Amino acid sequence: MDLVDILFYVFAALTLGCGVLVIANPFSRNPVTSAMFLVLTIISMAGLFVLLHAFFLAAVQILVYAGAVIVLFLFVIMLLDLKAEARRKIKIYGLIAGLVSVGAILALFFKNLISTALNAGSSPTIEGTTEALGKLLFTGYVLPFEVVSVLLLVAMIGVILLSRKNLE
Amino acid sequence: MHVGLEQYLTVSFLLFALGLLGVIMRRNLLVIYMSLELMLNAANLALVAFSRFNNKLDGQVLVFFIITVAAAEVSVGLALIVALYRRRQSAHVEDLTGLKL
Repeated sequence: MDLVDILFYVFAALTLGCGVLVIANPFSRNPVTSAMFLVLTIISMAGLFVLLHAFFLAAVQILVYAGAVIVLFLFVIMLLDLKAEARRKIKIYGLIAGLVSVGAILALFFKNLISTALNAGSSPTIEGTTEALGKLLFTGYVLPFEVVSVLLLVAMIGVILLSRKNLE
Repeated sequence: MHVGLEQYLTVSFLLFALGLLGVIMRRNLLVIYMSLELMLNAANLALVAFSRFNNKLDGQVLVFFIITVAAAEVSVGLALIVALYRRRQSAHVEDLTGLKL
């Protein structure tokens, strides 16, 4: 077992462990704690991206998620002042419904994973560098790239409209 | 055991399941949003793993778009939550039963 494999298991365990603590932290029901563990999940997932040679996406993951999205979450938590509802019980039928549906979807996933013959024998040679990704983005995927920029503009206008004081 | 596509897909599946469990189980709108982010990230991990082991860069371009759309979605969703909180003084799904018969 070489170093890359050991690092994969370390990052996978960190990702899943912090993911558990995002949704069900036994010590704190505070959304701020969930947001902090979401940061840790995303950073360890960026480590997994690096192990998969997706260097550009690892950087983007940290910049966009840990940098922008989590800051947005923390600002909203700060605005909402959620102290009054920190201590509500998790409903037992919600837990049962969640476990049943999650078990069903996991069974579906793993059944497919086992029954499908993945051709993992070939040695991967691809490198997700900024240069390679940018070249592909501006040649083959230039139309989706432009559409996404329009989408960001629409989202920006929508957010400004939604957060006005006198929302009808 | 040598780490291949199966191991990465297993991590991705488990992370997706965690996000789904959070969406169903938790009652706080903000934590539900964070669980949605977990599910999106699980899909990203599966796409990057497929892209790596199939020697095609297209999956990573798709992940790039998913990250962009997720950022837009989070900003709009959080603005909706803030607008809702202003009207109802609650960010808790059990208090938002306006559509219930």
